[in-house]
Amino acid sequence: MSGFLEIKDSCTGCGICVKTCPVHALSINDVKKAVVSEDCTLCSICVDSCPFESLAVHHSFGGNKEELAKYSGILVLCEMRNGSPDRSTYELIGEARKLSAGEKEVSVLVITDDASGAVEKLIQSGADKVIKAVHKSFKHFSTEPWNSVLTHVIKEYHPEIVLAAATTTGRDVMPRVSKSLDTGLTADCTELRIDPDSGMLMQTRPAFGGNIMATIVCDRTRPQMSTVRPGVMKPMEPDTSRTGEIVELEITAEMVKNRSQVLEFIPTAGDEVDITEAEIVISGGRGMKNPENFDLLHDLAHLLGGTVGASRAAVDNGWIEYPRQVGQTGKTVQPATYLAVGISGAIQHRVGMQSSDVIYAVNKDRDASIFEFCTEGFVGDLFEIIPALVKEIEKRRK
Amino acid sequence: MKFVVAVKQVPDTAEVRIDSERGTLIRDGVPSIMNPFDTYALEEAMKWRDELGGVVTVITMGPPQAESVLKEAISMGADDAILISDRAFAGADTWATSHTLAAAVKELGDVDAVFFGKQAIDGDTAQTGPSVAASLDWPQITFVGKVRQLSQNSITAERYVETGTQVVRSELPVVLTILKDANVPRVPSLRGKMKSRKVQIPVWGLADLALTEDETGLNGSPTKVVVTATPEPRTGGQIHEGSTEELVAKLADLLLGEGSEG
Ligand SMILES: Cc1cc2nc3c(=O)[nH]c(=O)nc-3n(C[C@H](O)[C@H](O)[C@H](O)COP(=O)(O)OP(=O)(O)OC[C@H]3O[C@@H](n4cnc5c(N)ncnc54)[C@H](O)[C@@H]3O)c2cc1C
Ligand SMILES: Nc1ncnc2c1ncn2[C@@H]1O[C@H](COP(=O)(O)O)[C@@H](O)[C@H]1O
Repeated sequence: MSGFLEIKDSCTGCGICVKTCPVHALSINDVKKAVVSEDCTLCSICVDSCPFESLAVHHSFGGNKEELAKYSGILVLCEMRNGSPDRSTYELIGEARKLSAGEKEVSVLVITDDASGAVEKLIQSGADKVIKAVHKSFKHFSTEPWNSVLTHVIKEYHPEIVLAAATTTGRDVMPRVSKSLDTGLTADCTELRIDPDSGMLMQTRPAFGGNIMATIVCDRTRPQMSTVRPGVMKPMEPDTSRTGEIVELEITAEMVKNRSQVLEFIPTAGDEVDITEAEIVISGGRGMKNPENFDLLHDLAHLLGGTVGASRAAVDNGWIEYPRQVGQTGKTVQPATYLAVGISGAIQHRVGMQSSDVIYAVNKDRDASIFEFCTEGFVGDLFEIIPALVKEIEKRRK
Repeated sequence: MKFVVAVKQVPDTAEVRIDSERGTLIRDGVPSIMNPFDTYALEEAMKWRDELGGVVTVITMGPPQAESVLKEAISMGADDAILISDRAFAGADTWATSHTLAAAVKELGDVDAVFFGKQAIDGDTAQTGPSVAASLDWPQITFVGKVRQLSQNSITAERYVETGTQVVRSELPVVLTILKDANVPRVPSLRGKMKSRKVQIPVWGLADLALTEDETGLNGSPTKVVVTATPEPRTGGQIHEGSTEELVAKLADLLLGEGSEG
């Protein structure tokens, strides 16, 4: 085991840690002290549970220092949408600049069939260097070419940190690259920082359906790789006076080799809304009772220029389509305004909407958990409030 | 044809409660279930087996009690199952998990496709599938919302991405990660339940997979969890109670951004 769990003399043998240990590695011995078995995974859950602060996890951070020191700078994987970098890319560059603290070089790799709409913007948004991998076959994202190019660039430039968005693209290619390079990858991070002592990247992410936040390090190998949840990090204000280096990558036959080709791309029809892009999301839950009542929410959304979301209970009941589900097994949304109607606020729903700027809730149950974390809550019957609200807004708009 | 489905036993995260005083997870009495996403992976594999013939083998890496999800899979119609279990496998991150699962797929031999769930609800990483594909050096199609066609040597599937649908055709063998949209999982049959009660599930450990302690479990994991904490509670704001008129007036003010003094 690379590290150990220390049980200090202050341990009283109270047994609380035994109950919290997820792998049942702790027990109390006959002199009333906690003992740990080799099943311990150093997860630290017990450390937080101990009322006497008697437990501590010591990681022996491994890794050959000389080897690790060969890596420097931050590499961001750019994601293209309709010829321009996606918003999530700017967020990553902004975050990379923050992590760099003026010391680490921030490079952006763009893999595309046409980089003309990207390079300038990437530099203005904070890139020191843009690495272009341009080939006519790179029109649509595809695992193998992206994997080959990214792996090649990492081997060539030795970045110490590699960031990609936790989108279907980042989550497809990054695990592949991390396995090929035998280094670690942390999924869907919502917070990144550099530990001042070790210089390591501390990667924080929700786990267990958002019930806990875990901070993860990759201590022995490089690069340290993360996918980052879109919508969480802040992009930098574009600066048109910024300059940067542009590198054109030579595309080899190996890089275009592909056993799984994209035959066709069918863009989502214009009238199908993407709830993750909306400024106002109005979601309905089990309290809506039936599909017809969702028309109430559609009316309201229409008036406000927003879109309709839903809890899983509403989706499972077939009242509304799955692409509108918000939450752990649905989508994560961060609109300016989130209105939850007839939704109790279960943790799995909450993790998908809690970073909204403001959260309003309508629920007839004063004890609903949504009221514990919403910005403003309204206790009442949605079937009275929502129709009246639609009328009121129509009236004020006149 | 030979299909493999990777399933994971997970705590039902809906049942996990927080001890608000100590800020820790209470896992006592939390039921273990088959990762809900894996039921779609299993159904998809069985659907194509029913059409093309062949076998569906379900694998899981986990402690001895993870056998129960394999039995569940058999009761739903899987042909056989293997439990990948060894003390050395404990504490694995996705690198080590996929390294171990890939070794099992190699050991099975002649596999045409490995099906994964989109993600596991405890770790929520969605990394295991692509990482196994990398280990095996096979192509992969992730976030599959629909398999259009599958034959002896190729597959055409729809990948649901943020901006639309990618139709991808791949050679076999292939790794797939399956979304909820793909199918409706069948329920366990009576025959399946009887079979699952009798079946002896083989257990493969470190030696069976010719792996070493350095490449599995905690030792083989490049990432480590250093801190766990419960999320900062977002403190509840103002709660309004009153007549419908009052509530509506206030809510309309807020939504229209009018005088938040209301
Ligand atoms: C693995 C897993 C993943 C999950 N993923 C998700 C996910 O992605 N998204 C998600 O949402 N859930 C998810 N869930 C389910 C989650 O645990 C909850 O069951 C679900 O969010 C509940 O939906 P709800 O709030 O609409 O229903 P309920 O919890 O039943 O709440 C309905 C609320 O409506 C109120 N109400 C009823 N009638 C009225 C009325 N007339 N006026 C006003 N209020 C009224 C009630 O007071 C109640 O609070 C998941 C669960 C699991 C196990
Ligand atoms: N220990 C495991 N044993 C078998 N399959 C697993 C295991 N962990 C993850 N998987 C599979 O990988 C998918 C993604 O899991 P994850 O990467 O943990 O989100 C799951 O839906 C399972 O199909």
